Amino acid sequence: MKVGTPVTPVQTPITEVRSAPGLKVIVSSVASDAHTWNLVFLQLLLEELGHRVANLGACVPDELLVEECRRQRPDLVVISSVNGHGANDGRRVIRELRGHPETAAIPVVIGGKLGIDGAESTDHAGLLEAGFDAVFEEGAGLASFGSFLRSIPAGVTT
Amino acid sequence: MTVPTRRPTPATPAGSLPSGSFGAFVSAARAAGRLVVQPRMGMSDPRAMRAGLAATRAADATTVGTITIDSYTRVGDQAAARRALAEGVPLNGYPLVTYDTAVTRSVLDGIQDHTFPVQVRHGSAAPQDIVAALLLAGLDATEGGPVSYCLPYGRTPLTASVENWARTCELLARTRDHGAEPHLETFGGCMMGQLCPPSLLVALSVLEALFFAQHGLRSVSLSYAQQTDPAQDEEALHALRRLADVLLPDVDRHIVVYTYMGVYPRTPDGARLLLEESARLAVRTGAARLIVKTAAEAHRIPTVRENAEALEAAARAAEAEAASGRVPEVDGSGRVSEVDASGRVSEVDASARAFGPVPDTGIHAEASALVQAVLEISPDLGRALPLAFERGYLDVPFCLHPDNAQRTRSYLDTDGRLRWSAIGSMPLGGIVELAHEPRLTSSGLLGALRHVEQRFDAAALDPSPAHRPLDDGHRPPTRVALSEEGR
Ligand code: B12
Repeated sequence: MKVGTPVTPVQTPITEVRSAPGLKVIVSSVASDAHTWNLVFLQLLLEELGHRVANLGACVPDELLVEECRRQRPDLVVISSVNGHGANDGRRVIRELRGHPETAAIPVVIGGKLGIDGAESTDHAGLLEAGFDAVFEEGAGLASFGSFLRSIPAGVTT
Repeated sequence: MTVPTRRPTPATPAGSLPSGSFGAFVSAARAAGRLVVQPRMGMSDPRAMRAGLAATRAADATTVGTITIDSYTRVGDQAAARRALAEGVPLNGYPLVTYDTAVTRSVLDGIQDHTFPVQVRHGSAAPQDIVAALLLAGLDATEGGPVSYCLPYGRTPLTASVENWARTCELLARTRDHGAEPHLETFGGCMMGQLCPPSLLVALSVLEALFFAQHGLRSVSLSYAQQTDPAQDEEALHALRRLADVLLPDVDRHIVVYTYMGVYPRTPDGARLLLEESARLAVRTGAARLIVKTAAEAHRIPTVRENAEALEAAARAAEAEAASGRVPEVDGSGRVSEVDASGRVSEVDASARAFGPVPDTGIHAEASALVQAVLEISPDLGRALPLAFERGYLDVPFCLHPDNAQRTRSYLDTDGRLRWSAIGSMPLGGIVELAHEPRLTSSGLLGALRHVEQRFDAAALDPSPAHRPLDDGHRPPTRVALSEEGR
């Protein structure tokens, strides 16, 4: 399957030498969500911050995400959904990920537009309780995502 | 809201279209000089869906109704749709396949009739079940296409989508045996919603309409989504009409404009200004129908009220444009009478005559080259389309689908027009001027995606009269005030 590398890779400038090797990140949609601009944007952003990204693309079935996580052993999984089914699909797929011993400990975050009634109405506590490490909904700002990234150690699950 | 005085009664439908069919309704409205406006509405609760259709019908505008399908049904996950309904999780559309036919009939009963056709909008690369369900419910108008509901919509292989769409067209076309005239609209004019150069949108819209015709449809519409620059859009719509006239001479057809399908203005006034601009574009280019966006677009699924307001705002903007004298007189067939310099009256196509003609920047030439290259692979589009993508003759920028070659790139120029920076293997060499590809960064991409949003939100804050929405007294309702209204 042709996954990943959808966009011209953005080279990190030489001057930006990093002490940490960068994280291995899987960026993914959920099973019912076809939107991809969010995924392309997040891939570029993460690569610019020095991380390596595998972008699984749109409408990722639960089994495929679990399978890719087992195979690639990422340091972080970033789930993005904007079609309004994200909270519902997210709750289902995080149960799967937490239920497999090989994927149970991988940090997983979710963000985007997760319900159909606007950002205020999503049950963030429920998503955290279901097993997500963080929830970043519209307006929550990418800054908090940046500081979250810095808190993740690389190479823990490899 | 006033009584629907604006419904054309399709008593003498154009050509041989049966009265009450989607195509006949639109051509009657067009003959009467009225732009048909339509929402993108879909709610999971049948009562809310019915209320939405009723409000669409009652709106002070010439409207057709819409049932938009939810994302679970789109990807064929009926189990997830059922579970969500059982658990009370609201969906982003109406789960047509999950509900009993009787439920959908009760949604439509007494609302849908020959003066108010209803179209189903879905986004599926395997729409057989959806089309079977809509036919059972007594509907026969829908939209999509083998390419446009595959590449931007998931992971279904293109060959499978083409096969599914061939079956779907045949299913629809069979209703002609019972005197119906099913209608199918291309979604090809909207690939990815944004940042696709117009020539490829035009080519895909034409190719999908040809595919529909090859599989038995006799009434189609060709879509084009408003992009970043009005003059570029005008040129594209003229190119679309010219190609459709040549390639689909014997098919009932009209052009449908989509209000901007990319990142939408966040302010209510910005949203309204962009909607009004799309309505003017539709009228100026002789399009017959407009599918609107609401003030909630940037934020969430819109309410019934927000949909009705968008329909009426679009209708007012269209009327104002039609009355402005900037528009040629068009008869039902899209011909206009024109007096030339020597005083001779001649018939020209509406598309050939733009008021304050837009310069030809080559959109028609590019689109023709793309269409021709595909038809040269094989006149049978079911065969030609997958091969065209495999060879990269068609290649949609920024589309992650595995069957898309991903060797083309587009960008938004400083003048606000969409341009190619890489054409991959598309047969456009010598036709397009390639620009230097700017390095793609997350902030650069976001800037391009948000260009329209920011332009219209800024205009909404500008106090000069030219920038005010038509009805300045318009105050958008807050979500709170609408909570019991149903959606
Ligand atoms: C373009 C678009 C499309 C294109 C998508 C093409 C493609 N392949 O991507 C098309 C036309 C195909 C499309 C289809 C549909 N769409 Co759409 N679409 C949009 C639109 C107009 C813009 C989205 C976009 O490109 N954004 C650009 C990206 C970069 O921004 P973003 O996605 O908002 O993400 C930002 C943040 O949210 C954040 N973020 C996102 N994810 C994450 C994750 C993390 C961890 C973090 C930290 C941050 C983060 O980062 C980004 C930058 O700030 C939006 C409305 C809008 N925003 O104006 C609707 C919208 C997202 N679509 C919507 C819907 C419902 C659909 C459909 C289901 C059709 C329908 N029923 O109306 C189908 C999808 C079918 C499916 N199976 O999912 C709704 C969702 C409703 C909701 N959530 O309440 C929206 C909001 C429109 C609306 N108001 O109805 N769509």
